[in-house]
Amino acid sequence: MALLGQYAMNGAMLGMMYALVAVGFTLFFGVLDVIQFSHGDVVAAGAFAGLLAYAALSFFGVHAPGVLLLAVILAAALATIVVGVLVARFLVLPIKGAPQLNVLLVTLMMGTVVRECIRLFFPNGSQPQRFPALLPSSGWNLGAFYLRFDNVILLTCGGLLIAATHLLITRTRLGLAIRAVAQDEETARTMGIDFKRVVLVTFALGSVLAAFAGVMDGLYYNEVFFGMGLLLGVIGFAAAILGGLGNLYGAIVGGFLFAALQTVGAVALPFASAYKDVFAFGVVIVLMAVRPTGLIGERVSERV
Amino acid sequence: MKAAAVAAVATAFAWLLLRAESQTSISLLLLLAVAAGVAAARLRFRLSGPSVLAFAAVAVLALLLREDDFSLLLLTRILIVVVACLGLNVQFGYAGVVNFAGASFFGVGGYTAAILAPRLPHLLVLLLGGAAAALVGSILILPVLRTRGHYAALVTIAFALLFRTFLEVNDTLGGPQGLKLPELVIGPFHFNDPVFDASFYLRYVALGLVLAALALGVVQRLERSWIGVALDAVRLDEIAAASFGLSIARWKIAAFTIGNFITGVAGALSAFMIGFIAPNNYAFSESLILVSILLLGGIGNPWGLALASAIVIVLPEKLQTIQEYRFLIFAAVVILILLFRPAGLLPRPLRRLKT
Repeated sequence: MALLGQYAMNGAMLGMMYALVAVGFTLFFGVLDVIQFSHGDVVAAGAFAGLLAYAALSFFGVHAPGVLLLAVILAAALATIVVGVLVARFLVLPIKGAPQLNVLLVTLMMGTVVRECIRLFFPNGSQPQRFPALLPSSGWNLGAFYLRFDNVILLTCGGLLIAATHLLITRTRLGLAIRAVAQDEETARTMGIDFKRVVLVTFALGSVLAAFAGVMDGLYYNEVFFGMGLLLGVIGFAAAILGGLGNLYGAIVGGFLFAALQTVGAVALPFASAYKDVFAFGVVIVLMAVRPTGLIGERVSERV
Repeated sequence: MKAAAVAAVATAFAWLLLRAESQTSISLLLLLAVAAGVAAARLRFRLSGPSVLAFAAVAVLALLLREDDFSLLLLTRILIVVVACLGLNVQFGYAGVVNFAGASFFGVGGYTAAILAPRLPHLLVLLLGGAAAALVGSILILPVLRTRGHYAALVTIAFALLFRTFLEVNDTLGGPQGLKLPELVIGPFHFNDPVFDASFYLRYVALGLVLAALALGVVQRLERSWIGVALDAVRLDEIAAASFGLSIARWKIAAFTIGNFITGVAGALSAFMIGFIAPNNYAFSESLILVSILLLGGIGNPWGLALASAIVIVLPEKLQTIQEYRFLIFAAVVILILLFRPAGLLPRPLRRLKT
């Protein structure tokens, strides 16, 4: 029972991270119809920027965990916004009309550039870095299961962030502009929407979510690694696709579904829990065969 | 005549580059090559000649380098990568089936070779490596056929990650340590014995050349035949192709299977040459390198991908000073080429239907 609770908690944490990354993918796809494959590495960039901010503040003698945490999150968000917007402005926008494959490869390679920059230019960057524990590590004893405060806080914040994104998209003028661009770029332009600005703002928005996912990853595992973005990016992409590209709810469902698959894989194959990722990716392939445009299907119209 | 001269110059250049030791001379040679490339592009230099010339050039180069193990190893690696990319070329370039798991099918060939080599004749093992890759690929056929665009990309990406993780956790396949292979023996030839006083890699170069010639022959004939026309039609417009009575599913399956077969054979030969295999050789990033070779060279053009393979393999090995930064530089170069020359270095020429 306690073990099951532990698995569920772990699954929920993973699911929240995946969902945050997947929402970014789906937002980008919505406005530009492209996959921004360096998104996973943007997550890593955020985590390392947070680490840098922590080191700088500690150096100047700031030790209040609240201040440090705020600084870490702000630095992470700033770094991801810069990287995300630069990628959008100078890589994705100029080749918007190119074949999908080219865009995919350009952004994949951009991911490699970001990853290598972390590895080469962060002090001792090729080694995993310890991420400071900035949240209280105490918790409640619920029977045999120990519910940690930091996990609850991270889950709540992640949930709030996604809810805020949802409200932004559905309730504000900016969200209206984003949805308009997603639906039809040309019509949106003729209605006086500044296309380029909307795209850049959307990339900034998605990158902030990535920053939070990165910090969350660091706080949860107490460790960050320059290559952490690769798998996180692919899983986030898989989650966004599973849900159906361009669909916010689909991305969230996909993120938690993938985490659930990994958890189920670990629980149901006790003799071979190492196969949990094999199982999860296997199910993804099967699901793609069954629902070729995702669980909540993308609205596609075949033009003949 | 022009083609023969170019082949001779290219051979001489490759020889100089592979023999060059000091970083300055290597840099100078590379600058020279870039300048020549730019000039050829400016002057709209077109080259056509029998492909035998290219193979002869490689053979001459191998003989010139007969005592240099490392250069011959590089040469064989290039040939093997060319074969693997020819397989991917059938998928991406002709049928338009995306496959981001190239290194995985390469790996299926390698692991098949490692398992079967002690039991079966090795020429058969090479072929079975390809067959195994085609067979494993058939698992993916249904999802690949039903999805398109990004969704299809995900299927193969998921497979690439699945395959790598599977190799790492599977103890019968050696886990992260991988497997060892016995010496390659084909007929009377023991591949690890020296050839008189020259390097034993000469045999591998020869086998690589034969394999590359076969693969190139198959792929070029495929392209020129009505099958190639059908594949082009499927890639360019599925709906139009279907309305002309082409079976989309059949041609996609054919291209996917043929491509995986060729890639698998290359993987088997590579495993034999290196002598041992490990999951790290077949990571997702390796698949990405194969795909970037295709795009760099100009998708659909075998000569383009041969040029790109040579660049991608030789450059990081020769530029030792940038060894540490090679992935960074490589990624940046690919981005720049895709931004400024999206059709690749040698774009595929238009099909001439007149004779």
